[in-house]
Amino acid sequence: MILGRVVGTVVATRKDPRLEGKKLLIVKPVTPDGEDESGYVVSVDTVSAGYRETVLLVAGSSARMAEGCKDTPVDSAIVGIVDTVQLDT
Amino acid sequence: MQLGRVIGRVWSTVKNSGLDGQRLLVVQPVTPDLKPAGKRLICADCTGAGAGELIYWCRGRESSFPFLPVEVQTDATIVGIVDTVDYYPEP
Repeated sequence: MILGRVVGTVVATRKDPRLEGKKLLIVKPVTPDGEDESGYVVSVDTVSAGYRETVLLVAGSSARMAEGCKDTPVDSAIVGIVDTVQLDT
Repeated sequence: MQLGRVIGRVWSTVKNSGLDGQRLLVVQPVTPDLKPAGKRLICADCTGAGAGELIYWCRGRESSFPFLPVEVQTDATIVGIVDTVDYYPEP
C-alpha cells in the first residue's frame, strides 16, 4: 500500500457497467513525510474520502478486494483514510 | 519477497472492514547489505513485527493470503521477521 492525497475527481458517463456508482478520485502519491511524489492515479473510492485527505491506496489485483469492487475492472482503490503517520527517527 | 525495515506506523479510523484490527507499518525496503533502497510503503503485518526490525515482505494479491479466510485489502504484507542475513557479494 502507499499513501496518497486526494487532489481531484473524475466523472465518466460511458464506462464499464460494473463501474457504475463508483466514485473516482485523482490521487497524488505522497511519501510518509507528506511530500509529493511524481505522477498520479485515478482510484475508486470505497471510504468516502474527501478533497485533500491523506488516504491509503491499494494497487493491482488486490484493489478488487476492496469493498464493492469484486470482479470490477479496477487496479487502484482507496481503502482507508489516514489519521496519523508516525515515523521512528 | 524483499527485505525491509520497519520505520513507522500508520493509523486509520475510516477504512474497509477487512483492515479492522490490522497493524499498518511503514516499511523501507533494503538491499541484502541492509542499505535503504526504493520508496517507502505501507504494509499489513501477520508476524507482530516491531519498530526497527528487519523483516521480509511480499507484494501483490498473494499478500492477503496469510489472513485467509478473512479478506484483507492489502497489496503488501510483512510475512517474516529476519533473524540473520548471510550475503556474500561477488567481488
